[in-house]
Amino acid sequence: MVEVAPWWWAMLLPVALGALVLGMVSGEAAVDARTAGRRVTTGELTRPVRGAARLLMRQRRLPLRADAVLWRIGSAAGVVAAVLAAAVVPFGGYVVWDSAVGIVWFNAMGALMWALAWLAGWGANSAHALVGGYRFLAQALAYELPLMFALTAPALGAASLRMGDVVAAQQDVWFVVWMPLAFAVYLLGVLGISFWGPLAPPAGSDIASGIAAEQSGMDRLALLAGRGMLLVTGAAFAVPLFLGGGGGPVLPGWLWSLLKTVAVLAVLVWLSVGLPRVAVPRLLRVGWVMVLPAVLAQLLVVGVVVAW
Amino acid sequence: MLAELIAFLVLGVLAVVTGALVFRVDSMARATYLLFASFACVAGVMLLLDLAYLGTLTILMMVMEMAIMGVFMVMFMMNPGGLEPMSMLHNRTGALVISGGVFAGLVAAVLLVPWPRRPEPTTSPGGDATRQLGTALMGESMLAMMVVGVALFATIIAATVLATTRGRYGRASHHPARRQGTVDASHHEPSTATHTHGEHS
Repeated sequence: MVEVAPWWWAMLLPVALGALVLGMVSGEAAVDARTAGRRVTTGELTRPVRGAARLLMRQRRLPLRADAVLWRIGSAAGVVAAVLAAAVVPFGGYVVWDSAVGIVWFNAMGALMWALAWLAGWGANSAHALVGGYRFLAQALAYELPLMFALTAPALGAASLRMGDVVAAQQDVWFVVWMPLAFAVYLLGVLGISFWGPLAPPAGSDIASGIAAEQSGMDRLALLAGRGMLLVTGAAFAVPLFLGGGGGPVLPGWLWSLLKTVAVLAVLVWLSVGLPRVAVPRLLRVGWVMVLPAVLAQLLVVGVVVAW
Repeated sequence: MLAELIAFLVLGVLAVVTGALVFRVDSMARATYLLFASFACVAGVMLLLDLAYLGTLTILMMVMEMAIMGVFMVMFMMNPGGLEPMSMLHNRTGALVISGGVFAGLVAAVLLVPWPRRPEPTTSPGGDATRQLGTALMGESMLAMMVVGVALFATIIAATVLATTRGRYGRASHHPARRQGTVDASHHEPSTATHTHGEHS
């Protein structure tokens, strides 16, 4: 059902992710403008693009006594993690890397942010950045375990970790229909991986952008692009995981995949704009006392249905 | 095939080099993440050997473990940031004896164990090894795995309960300052306060 794509798809992957990120931040800029009561003009829509171009031309700087190697790796490698994660995401009927354990691979690439976010915070030798890095780890303790169980649900439903099998198992009924809780928890986890919206405190304004406090120029662009690409990859991965992949009437598979990805992204942006940022201790309580038991109950339901 | 061999050698050498560098650097952050780099190279070797699940799981588990370990290293070691000279080498003679013994034992095991030969190339590459691993762990050893799982989970919960003092977003209980009467008791439930006094006096 899902075949290995021609080799040049791998070259196209970063470009496609970048384009989706630009589209998403433009949409977010439009929502921002509308919320602030301004008219949505071309200038508002292109504001993120112009910001990115400005960063490209700005000089890089290195804070005093920073650990430059660790800091630059932490700032820039999020892009690599996002592209590697996107390699196992089926798009239409094709996938760049048909890994036998695609779901675990996606999870592992997301977990790389544990290291990268902390390194970006640590390496800068700056108090605000350091607080941001530690905040990310504390927050990760709240979302990572529920995210893992949420990823387990479709794998259990399809009896396979291979993305092609997961898509094939949803020919009749999408997994989101009987795993709605796992889907919601997965979306929360994606926001956590990219510390976006309600889960943005690691880069919060109360600590002067935290992890992103010291970067400028290329470094800052790479960090922000990595964050955005992780969010986009998470949205694209939700499609084969819960929304039947490229399946749908009339239109070709790749277009369905794109439409569904954009729809999930729109939901994520809507959540980010609408929900307040959650303090990390509160998130920990919600994550362990409410979300974790809920997603375990969801797994139990899936297990019972599968065993039936 | 040649490309795989080269990748295998490069990853193997990198794993050893980054592993050795762990003891050469004097920053806890660098030591921690060099160790992760070493494990990631081993994971790459596993992926080359068609052990997709084990390789991916190694990356997944190790990155989270190293992130947590880094926090504790920075917290407890004398030179977190590499600002003071320090050595990662302690008890050199003992360490040399132990590591030499372990290395000799592992090499002996590699050479002496009668490894099973894989009869045919597996029909479905990758997925087969994952299923075999799952059957081995959850089939015959199901009871042991369940007992270990429950024991680990109980340990985690017990450790969390022991470590928790409710912070500024919840009730404060078992707080040292409260026992000395410096915290206004009206903020807390009276029953909890009585209980705390009884437990600690």
